[in-house]
Amino acid sequence: MEDTEESAALTKLHPDHVKVTRIVASIWMLLLAIPFVIAEVAQTLGDERALPMGVVFIPWMILAIFIVYRLPLRRYHFRGFDMGADRIRIVRGYLFHSDTIVPFGRIQHIDVDQGPIQRRYNLATLTVHTAGNHNSTVSLPGLLHEDAIAMREEIRSHIRRESL
Amino acid sequence: MIETDDQVMIEEEEHKLHPVGLLIGFIAGLPQLILPIGAAIFGTRGSDFGTGIIILIIAAVLFLSLFFRWLAWTRFRYIIGDEDIRIESGILNRNARSIPFERIQDVSIEQGLLARVFGLGVVKFETGGGKGDDGKLSFVTVDEGERLRELIRDRKEGAEVVTAEAATSEIDTAPAEGSPIFAMDGKRVLTLGLFEFSLVIFAVLFGVAQQFEFLMPFDIWDIGGWIGIVDIQGIDLDTISWTARILGTLGALISLIFVGIATGLIRTFLREYGFRLDRTAKGFRRRRGLTTLTDVVMPVHRVQAAIVQTGFIRKRFGWHALKFVSLAQDSKEEASHVVAPLARADEIWPIAKEAKISGPTEELTFRKLEFRHWLDHWLMILPFFLAGTASLYFFAGAGIRSALPLVVPLLIGMFGWLDWRNKSHARDKNQIYFRQGWWSPQITIAPQMKIQSVEIKQGPIARLRGLAELEFGIAGGSLEISGLKLADALAIRADALSQIVKIDFAEVNRAD
Repeated sequence: MEDTEESAALTKLHPDHVKVTRIVASIWMLLLAIPFVIAEVAQTLGDERALPMGVVFIPWMILAIFIVYRLPLRRYHFRGFDMGADRIRIVRGYLFHSDTIVPFGRIQHIDVDQGPIQRRYNLATLTVHTAGNHNSTVSLPGLLHEDAIAMREEIRSHIRRESL
Repeated sequence: MIETDDQVMIEEEEHKLHPVGLLIGFIAGLPQLILPIGAAIFGTRGSDFGTGIIILIIAAVLFLSLFFRWLAWTRFRYIIGDEDIRIESGILNRNARSIPFERIQDVSIEQGLLARVFGLGVVKFETGGGKGDDGKLSFVTVDEGERLRELIRDRKEGAEVVTAEAATSEIDTAPAEGSPIFAMDGKRVLTLGLFEFSLVIFAVLFGVAQQFEFLMPFDIWDIGGWIGIVDIQGIDLDTISWTARILGTLGALISLIFVGIATGLIRTFLREYGFRLDRTAKGFRRRRGLTTLTDVVMPVHRVQAAIVQTGFIRKRFGWHALKFVSLAQDSKEEASHVVAPLARADEIWPIAKEAKISGPTEELTFRKLEFRHWLDHWLMILPFFLAGTASLYFFAGAGIRSALPLVVPLLIGMFGWLDWRNKSHARDKNQIYFRQGWWSPQITIAPQMKIQSVEIKQGPIARLRGLAELEFGIAGGSLEISGLKLADALAIRADALSQIVKIDFAEVNRAD
């Protein structure tokens, strides 16, 4: 049983998940741009001995490119899941790697959520809740909505009766 | 519907709280009224109203308090339904809370000194969800509390819905109580008290002093003022000899220790007096307390893990404490239920066995964790302190004193080493064991069957070193083992999972 589990190839998320995370990241970065723009304008207008233009803005651009372009791809690359016969395994992160297994028999309830951007790409997030204090919710974004529903039904058939 | 159908009437019983409880709540709430009364008196202090007005103020505050309590009482009711208990409360803002029987973890009955005189108690329903009070009935008669407890237990088990009368008669026919599985006599409670050294009284005193500072003739924080008082007594601080100073300090220290021990004794005696743990048909029942009697029932299948704890000193005397981890909280300070506060090892394990948890056997081998995990952490912080020392030496010219910052990593290293030395883990067919702590050593025993999820974590440094952290999700507690070899972590997880998936959790919790 062990080796089927550890060696099982992880299922990748839907490629559109990268687009969704990029759009969400862009929205955040644009919101974050406001103080940067104000700082830039203030420092160029406020003083004739101003630093060259872009001294605030260019670091922000580099950060934004990293967060919007590079990070989603990287995170997508290291994310994966595996639906076993009796358990779900969710793996994420490289620098801070985490590998979680939740047996179906311990799942209390299941959510399938869809954000507005996810909906455009027909994606959804599956969240399973356990009774444990640690890892009481484990979520898996970037699933096709149909797949998420199918997974939910699959898990649900294992939960005979909700207890606790 | 309810009016027309008698059957429904019986099932949907509606109750009010006991009216005498009103009085108890009022008396128990009196200390809280001291402040507003004090403020009112303080406010009118300058004017020449005299004592008449003061008495009037006190009377008004007392009357208002009683009036609002009465109002709240009239608007409070609880309804026992088929599947839930509903509590309706609130004077202006009506609040209706529904607690499904299925979700109730345990029902506790608490009796303060005054409540005991009237045979009343506070019934609390613990659901494990949310924070603080889930459901609280203060006050109902103890008989009513017992009846609710039985009723909830029966309905939760999915038994026939019993009517109020049937439930009452069931209590009457309940078998006489057997002997407890654990109890503490007065001597044991006092022994425990000796270990519970506490200086909390000083925190309380200072808190009170700060509250009532405005009433004090002098500022307690003013050291000069204190010296002034000493001066008035005709003592010149400069003339006091060194022996007198040392004796004074020693005296202060001894009285501090004395107060600490006395506080520990009194607090423990009040809390643990008459400690008694019974094994009932469905679970454990714990009763304890001198002035405030608490009575908690916890079903056996709700026990998620056991913790056996001891202390640096009590270990030497062979004393341990046993706690059960469950979703329900014992009290605000204590997350797990204490089922044996001070017991010998041979008393502990039979209790744990009742919860289907067994102690470590002779054959079990405990393994230490990887020392490099601690070393890595230590090496991470070391450069900062070395840099501190270097800059002090070269830039501030602090000489030998620049080595002072190095004391910090030295201490951290020492405690890290102690931590490493005392941590070890083991596993057998059914359970995971984890020992930790050098000042208060403890062992956590978690049946693999009760584990909710398993996570393996690796930070950047751990990855380089091939180490990992293993985190188990346990209902009501936590079990984290860091500094494992990745291969070991994977093996432990695989082992645990092969146990977990065998049985559905719903069945685990239902099985008796």
